[in-house]
Amino acid sequence: MAFNRKNILSLNELTQGEIETILDTAESMKEVSSRDVKKVPALKGITVVNLFLEPSTRTRSSFEIAEKRLSADVLNFSSSQSSIVKGESLVDTAKNLEAMGATIIVIRHSMSGAPFVLAREINSSVINAGDGSHEHPSQALIDLFTIRQIKGGIKGLNVLIVGDILNSRVARSDIFGFLKLGANVRIVGPGSIVPKYFEDLGVQIFYSLEESLVDVDVVIMLRVQAERKSLEFFPSLREYSKFYGLNKDKLKIAKKDVTVMHPGPINRGVELSSEIANDPKSVILDQVSNGIAIRMAMLYLVSTGDKH
Amino acid sequence: MSLLIRNGRVIDPSQNIDKVCDIYIDKGKIDKISKKIKTPSGKNVKEIDAKNMIVCPGFVDVHVHLREPGYEYKETIKTGCMSAAAGGFTSIVCMPNTNPINDNASVTEYILLKARTEGIVNVFPIGAITREEKGEALADIGEMYEAGCVGISDDGVPVTNSNLMRRAMEYVKPFGIPLIIHAEDKYLSSDGVMNEGVVSTKLGLKGIPGASEEVMIARDIILSEITGAHIHICHVSTAGSVRLIRDAKKRGVKITAEAAPHHFTLTDEAVVDYNTNAKMNPPLRTQKDVKAIIKALKDDTIDAIATDHAPHSQDEKNVEFDLAPFGIVGLETALPLSLKLVEGGILSVSDMIKKLTIKPSEIVNIGRGTLKPGAIADVTIFDPEKEHEVCPEKFLSKGTNTPFSGWKLKGVVHKTIVSGKVVYSKN
Ligand SMILES: [Zn+2]
Repeated sequence: MAFNRKNILSLNELTQGEIETILDTAESMKEVSSRDVKKVPALKGITVVNLFLEPSTRTRSSFEIAEKRLSADVLNFSSSQSSIVKGESLVDTAKNLEAMGATIIVIRHSMSGAPFVLAREINSSVINAGDGSHEHPSQALIDLFTIRQIKGGIKGLNVLIVGDILNSRVARSDIFGFLKLGANVRIVGPGSIVPKYFEDLGVQIFYSLEESLVDVDVVIMLRVQAERKSLEFFPSLREYSKFYGLNKDKLKIAKKDVTVMHPGPINRGVELSSEIANDPKSVILDQVSNGIAIRMAMLYLVSTGDKH
Repeated sequence: MSLLIRNGRVIDPSQNIDKVCDIYIDKGKIDKISKKIKTPSGKNVKEIDAKNMIVCPGFVDVHVHLREPGYEYKETIKTGCMSAAAGGFTSIVCMPNTNPINDNASVTEYILLKARTEGIVNVFPIGAITREEKGEALADIGEMYEAGCVGISDDGVPVTNSNLMRRAMEYVKPFGIPLIIHAEDKYLSSDGVMNEGVVSTKLGLKGIPGASEEVMIARDIILSEITGAHIHICHVSTAGSVRLIRDAKKRGVKITAEAAPHHFTLTDEAVVDYNTNAKMNPPLRTQKDVKAIIKALKDDTIDAIATDHAPHSQDEKNVEFDLAPFGIVGLETALPLSLKLVEGGILSVSDMIKKLTIKPSEIVNIGRGTLKPGAIADVTIFDPEKEHEVCPEKFLSKGTNTPFSGWKLKGVVHKTIVSGKVVYSKN
């Protein structure tokens, strides 16, 4: 299936076919990564800029490795070190990067929609590496890829997302991605961070973790913020953990072969008990190689995609 | 010089006139409206052919941001007035959130002086309710009234302190000018940037719930009931607000309300793709809200159409959605967007004109919006059928921040006349 997109800005705007194309392409990319010489010349002569205006070592290094395996020339700009960014508008920064010959810009930004501003203003391809509380397409694609590997497919799976749905970009991308590939998606958490509007997106809402776990194939645990501002949403991490923390006993409610995933650094003892975090069955730490494969696929596909 | 406007369809809701006839304007005043007026001899009379056009009182906009003093890069009194004239508005009421804020008579006088020397339409300033719009202490309301302010408002921000709002109502009431209310509970709107709903959920943007507007309208209705002050609700955007206002009117509360064309034309779907030209406060709401506002215009729960003309520079708008300022320009698209209500069978053209002329004039009590003989001759002539494409680059406003760019709309202003002088002419 052809992939005719210049940009990957959100999973919401991708079709089922396009998402599957990315996942299939990632399969071949994974094969590259298993070779002795982990390099293909697909992006030779192409400059990729990693514009990370919000710190994220994990995602940035993963993109950087992916870019290098595709033989791209890589430039890194982050908010702290680069003079190009200071005091300059996002649009000016983007135009400068374009003038410097950036063919693809991978952007991470603290505000929702920033990649759309970029895509509107410049001709370079834009890949969203996470924007505000909007989307984090590459992370959701990794989740889809990993689950497809483990379960053999996505269609018909019961997928549960637990935690701060309101503020999570991973949640949104996962919701769109899993729904498009035919899974049933449930969300659960305190009423204040599980907004009713998600129901209109085709998601089933729960407020009891126990009830939401019945018949579940996949659990995706979101990190909850421990900052003071989050106290508007729930009284304390202790209380959060009591109602929404996942432990072995609660997990028994789910299907026997349930897979537990956690996309970010976790608060041990809050979202997940250590016994689950350490369980080899839960796919928490081992997403690194899949991450590189997915990001190689995204970079490759936008570089070959339609340039209009 | 005198003007004789021939053969137009003259519509003046203030006198229940709707007929094809002539209007004779002399010494800046309406002299006569009747059929086949003879050209007075011995006078310098300019004749205007208004065949197939509508001739009505000049439009009055009770909600405009002229940006001067302080933000002349966004708009000046001069360009704002030019934009008004191009939109058929002969009187505009300007909000006090300039820099400095219009919270004392010297700023009011400055605005009026500038308007007299550089403005081509009538400018009526609104003074602030509280000093610097900080919501802490009353502004110089009496002196601003004497200097020419026709109402008070902290538009852009609410008066959060309910006690201070009560005192403001008690204080302003004897002056006979309205409290013009930007209804927003800042705790509820928090750092929201668009309507809270499915679209904000999809886009991951912080939502402003309709409740933030409704809670404050409810409060101010209650305060108006204990003080008897006239409150005017700005830019009504939700079905809930409409319900509150309708109920208050039924109970005899001294309340009037306005709606902006964008709020009866667009929904929050316009924000998709993070279009900052669809970012304003209150935000675009849902289809249900749009329907309620249209119904409220029809049953007179909403008295007037007002633009909330809020120009910003392109650089300010061409940024991340969270960073873009709230507001869009409106003076030059108000007529064609209002005419869509006529085309849709919701308002008669006469009712639409009423909400753009006599009704807003009555809200701020400025004695305009009428073609009664002896009245100051503010007249708008427009072609209701002529189609055009909205081209922001051609606006006379400095602001091009409109979500209606490229829209094909019916209704073109042909001539705008202020005090008997043609100040705008479509070429
Ligand atoms: Zn306002």
